[in-house]
Amino acid sequence: MAANGGEAGSKRTAQRAKVVTITSGKGGVGKTTTAANVGVALARVNQRVVMIDADIGLRNLDIIMGLENRIVYDLVDVVEGRCKLRQAMIKHKQFPELYLIPAAQTRDKTAVSPADMVQIADQLRSECDFIIIDCPAGIERGFRNAIAPADEVLIVTNPEVSAVRDADRIIGLLEAENKNPAKLIINRVKADMVRKGDMLSPEDVTDILAIKIIGIVPEDDAVVTSSNAGMPLAMTENSRAGQAYRDIARRLMGEQVPFAQVEEPSGFFKRLGRIFGGN
Amino acid sequence: MSSFFDRVFGRSGKGGSSVKAKERLQFILVHDRINLPPERLEEMKAEILKVISKYVSVDSDHVDIALQKRERSPYLVAEIPFQKTVEAPDDDESTPAPPKPADPADKPKPQ
Repeated sequence: MAANGGEAGSKRTAQRAKVVTITSGKGGVGKTTTAANVGVALARVNQRVVMIDADIGLRNLDIIMGLENRIVYDLVDVVEGRCKLRQAMIKHKQFPELYLIPAAQTRDKTAVSPADMVQIADQLRSECDFIIIDCPAGIERGFRNAIAPADEVLIVTNPEVSAVRDADRIIGLLEAENKNPAKLIINRVKADMVRKGDMLSPEDVTDILAIKIIGIVPEDDAVVTSSNAGMPLAMTENSRAGQAYRDIARRLMGEQVPFAQVEEPSGFFKRLGRIFGGN
Repeated sequence: MSSFFDRVFGRSGKGGSSVKAKERLQFILVHDRINLPPERLEEMKAEILKVISKYVSVDSDHVDIALQKRERSPYLVAEIPFQKTVEAPDDDESTPAPPKPADPADKPKPQ
């Protein structure tokens, strides 16, 4: 981006960014956490990432990313012409090629239209590798805005009846919009409960929803501690959920990644790794 | 095709509450997808049977009309056996081959 000059001669400039929208239908399943971690995980492997918080009126992605004190302009300022796009892009301290365009906090979703989102994404496409859009809960205007420019939609769900039902509704809406088939992230999986048969397994969920899975994220206390600190846990090693998010990032980049190699005492992930990895 | 993840998770018993969750979800989703609540489906079934009964005599004890999903597509699958008519000369011709029944585990409970 212009804001990140000095990239002259980069061979990547000819590529067009992939726009990935993270959605869920139901609130509280971990959309924003997922968006933050996937964005950070991509930046860690030297991808140029612009994150957009599409949740106008209830902005949160800035807080999870630890960037809340640096907001000057927001998405609505861009749309209404009060600033240039790059002025609203907050650069992350640790990752020079990770930016956030925050949502407005004092407006509502009607301040932005799907066409605005398409236009903003198109302006960014030639200058980064990934545009990650954090979608608000629900299926109204905010959702329409968030999916309008999407090349790929990731649906976050929990292994729980109401979250899966809402995910199914989102899948239906995306089908009606002729979007590429969405991929699923099952968040907050408790391996011990699955083992006892008291929690829907990832296979139960994919069987019911009949879509491809791109991530299985275990329940992990580190998610809470890392958002307390404004440091998405994909930034550091040594957390199971962080590893799961980094794996999602690599799958988004087209790599075949076995479903987790991190170990935990029960051997749950070890086994996953063996079966997928075959070594 | 059960159970790649079951094996991964080392899940042995099938008695947990997740079974109930899966059954409920499958039932809910198939109705969601066609935007037809269970009560209306019952009405529709009754009406279908009424129409068919106008023309042929239906073995109503063995009727099975249910929603199913195959991948993401919902289907209405009906198995409607006829009463054998004693007077008919070609007895076996009056009983059409029933549609291929699906795996009963996948079938939402009609009630």
